[in-house]
Amino acid sequence: MTTRTIAGKTVQVNEEGFLTDPAEWTKEIAAELAKEEGLGVLTPAHWAVIEFCRKDAASTGKAPTLRRITATAGVSTKDLFALFPKGPAKKVARISGLTKPEGCV
Amino acid sequence: MAEQNRKVAFICSKGNLDMAYPALIMGWAALGNGIDVTIFFTFWGMDMINKARVDHLEIPPLANSSMKMNMMGIPGYIGIPQIMGVIPGMTPFASWLMKKKMDGLEVPPVREYLQMLVDGGAKLYACKMSVDMFGLKKEDFIDGVIDIVSASDFMDMTEGSQIIFI
Repeated sequence: MTTRTIAGKTVQVNEEGFLTDPAEWTKEIAAELAKEEGLGVLTPAHWAVIEFCRKDAASTGKAPTLRRITATAGVSTKDLFALFPKGPAKKVARISGLTKPEGCV
Repeated sequence: MAEQNRKVAFICSKGNLDMAYPALIMGWAALGNGIDVTIFFTFWGMDMINKARVDHLEIPPLANSSMKMNMMGIPGYIGIPQIMGVIPGMTPFASWLMKKKMDGLEVPPVREYLQMLVDGGAKLYACKMSVDMFGLKKEDFIDGVIDIVSASDFMDMTEGSQIIFI
């Protein structure tokens, strides 16, 4: 376990760069991580997904899978892959300050 | 990221319900992790993309030595007598049971799963020789199937891919 400073805040991260404590997450951190993931500036459509993931994780205790996001948050698979191209499962979770989803679907 | 150009190709050769899932699950995981996915359907595996067959894939208990009665909630690993497997209704029953279990795990049915993969960017192809042998046409396949290609075409298009045969 290491710490790093993202958007001016020192947070705990694991070896893959995921925040280990969702409570340390801020919107500024999300914006910074999104840049690192090559997404540029986050749009309202990105934020809708991120906010869904944050809420869902807070109630279930784990990061939602892609299938759960598309089935529950009202965003299509195509849109989700367009918003977070090249590996949405990891990107969404990392930017949302959550760990990698454990589910397989 | 480091694995930016990683590519995986699956060859689906089986049409049984249980053998439809490995490529779907691994393919979906691969797309979620930013890995390119190509799936080649050959022989019985074409049932997975055949519009008339995809919703009717089955798992026969006959000659399946791993299928025990614990699937039905009976404790231990008591076998299903092989003779039972030939009774009409046993295959639909086993198929229904597996679909129910999958549904309980929120695993989508095969048709919907394939659509998810296509929407996520997976490329689906049918095997030319199998298509000719079974007398099928491109119209017989679900929409996500890009083309009917030869084994040689498949080899060309999967250069640098990790290939998984199922």
